Amino acid sequence: MSKVIYKVGDDISTDVIYPGRFMATVLPSETPMFAFADDKDFNKKLRTENIEPGSIIIGGENFGCGSSREQAASTLKGYDVIVIAKGIARIFMQNAINLGLRTIIAPAIEASEGDEIEIDENKVHNRTTGKSFDYEPISPARASIVEAGGLISYARQKLMEKN
Amino acid sequence: MGMTLAEKILARSAGLESVKPGDIIEPKVDLAMSHENAALVINQFMEVYKGTGLEPKVWDPNKIAIIFDHRVPAESAKTATNQKKIREFLKEQGITKFHEIRGDEGGICHQILPENGYVRPGTVVVGTDSHTTSHGALGAFAFGIGATEMAAVWALGKVLNVEVPGTIKVVVTGEFSPSVQAKDLILHLIGKISAQGANFKALEFHGPTIKNLSTSGRLTLSNMAVEAGATAGMVPSDEETIRYLRETAYVTDDIELMVPDSDAVYEQVVEINVDDLSPQIACPNMVDNVKPIEQVKGTKVHQIVIGSCTNGRLDDLAAAAEIIRGKKVSRETRMLIFPASGRIYREALELGYIADFMAAGAVVMNPGCGCCLGIHQGALGTGEVALSTTNRNFKGRMGNADAEVYLCSPSVAAASALTGVITDPRNGGN
Repeated sequence: MSKVIYKVGDDISTDVIYPGRFMATVLPSETPMFAFADDKDFNKKLRTENIEPGSIIIGGENFGCGSSREQAASTLKGYDVIVIAKGIARIFMQNAINLGLRTIIAPAIEASEGDEIEIDENKVHNRTTGKSFDYEPISPARASIVEAGGLISYARQKLMEKN
Repeated sequence: MGMTLAEKILARSAGLESVKPGDIIEPKVDLAMSHENAALVINQFMEVYKGTGLEPKVWDPNKIAIIFDHRVPAESAKTATNQKKIREFLKEQGITKFHEIRGDEGGICHQILPENGYVRPGTVVVGTDSHTTSHGALGAFAFGIGATEMAAVWALGKVLNVEVPGTIKVVVTGEFSPSVQAKDLILHLIGKISAQGANFKALEFHGPTIKNLSTSGRLTLSNMAVEAGATAGMVPSDEETIRYLRETAYVTDDIELMVPDSDAVYEQVVEINVDDLSPQIACPNMVDNVKPIEQVKGTKVHQIVIGSCTNGRLDDLAAAAEIIRGKKVSRETRMLIFPASGRIYREALELGYIADFMAAGAVVMNPGCGCCLGIHQGALGTGEVALSTTNRNFKGRMGNADAEVYLCSPSVAAASALTGVITDPRNGGN
């Protein structure tokens, strides 16, 4: 069981998740402090409260649209959150999979801050409201990267096969 | 069954007879581009090699291009140190397609690649920048990837686990009214299909209007394809592509054109006629919040920006200079211009555009991404409004989450600079 720690609307861009002015900071060990930097309350919550791994951010349509900056995925990965959204933009989703940030597309998801969520093999269950929602299965192309533990290890395997 | 342009390019690059949407392939990469975020790519590239006992060596130093554009000249010690680290890596690896912070060879990556002939029809181009879709204007399959994905490309020379996208065909007919441009067309399309209308899909542009469009205009279309969520935005290569590559990019070797099959299968067809298209404005805070200028004219703007990978080319500057020449930028606003490359800057100097802009009161900045993404220069004050020819108006985009950005064409931006409010450039701004 995981708690929804934040809920955002549609079209949350990577400029909102990780503002451009922090792009000179690149290392996954350093990016988490700037997550949602312009959203001062949530940024403070992430930095100062003990965020339980697996905590959930609920997104609307087109979550992560815009820039390909990988910091937008690494900044959230730093808190080991799960993003459940109605829709997720391609590049952000691929970056998330490559870095091991769990993302789930559940087109009809309804949840509020504080709700308790359980995710099983087929559905996202909102235990607070009692409603369950289908989510899109991860494609085999992406599943193999997740199974390898992320793209670094997947690419390393491929490199060793080649040499 | 015939193939779309995306399918044809991906099949060839993966060494397959044919592919269809949903197939998982590993396309070989013809060009891999990064800018300052190469600092992160280098870090991830070293991680890939960790524990393998292999010496970290890029697969082909001739197929990697690095362009400094996002923070030039460096705005901080941190950026300068990242740039230094990248220079050292390029030397070690023998990567020569490197565009420094220089007036002769420098500029914005999405202008530098085409104008130097690095992009060819039918090839696969990847870049650690979402606007890599730009290069579809030359008939390439070009798409944005993250830094870790690029690290894998540097190591292996191919993109791992690519899912072949379905294609949306966009057919454009009609003739633009004077002062209506490619930017208005792409904003209109994004407004029509939405910011996620092409997520995980490729866009393919067709029709007589596209045939008659210059490569510069096509670059504007393909550049913003990603604002509809598209993986790639392609124009099938034709005589204009050859003209551009020969006359502007000075390519002398063979150019092979590639077009989609006549019986290709499209997931969707979108038709647009531009005969009556007004100048289009993307209103805050989403690129698909598009309105015809009639609905927003008169809106006060505090900063006008002309430039970027979307609209910083010579014809963009020419359109703006024509409106500005001999007049004055309103004292109620300020105008910033940043040409897309050093070469365009020099051509604009020779043609007198730069003098026109400066005499009118505009500030001409060095080529680079500048204020488009709020990294340095041209930040907005709280409560201020910008009108810009760039490609994004997300909350916080120009460095201030409490400011707003409207997007428009160079002609609208120039006409509005004279008045300080959003102004229709048709009929001389009256």
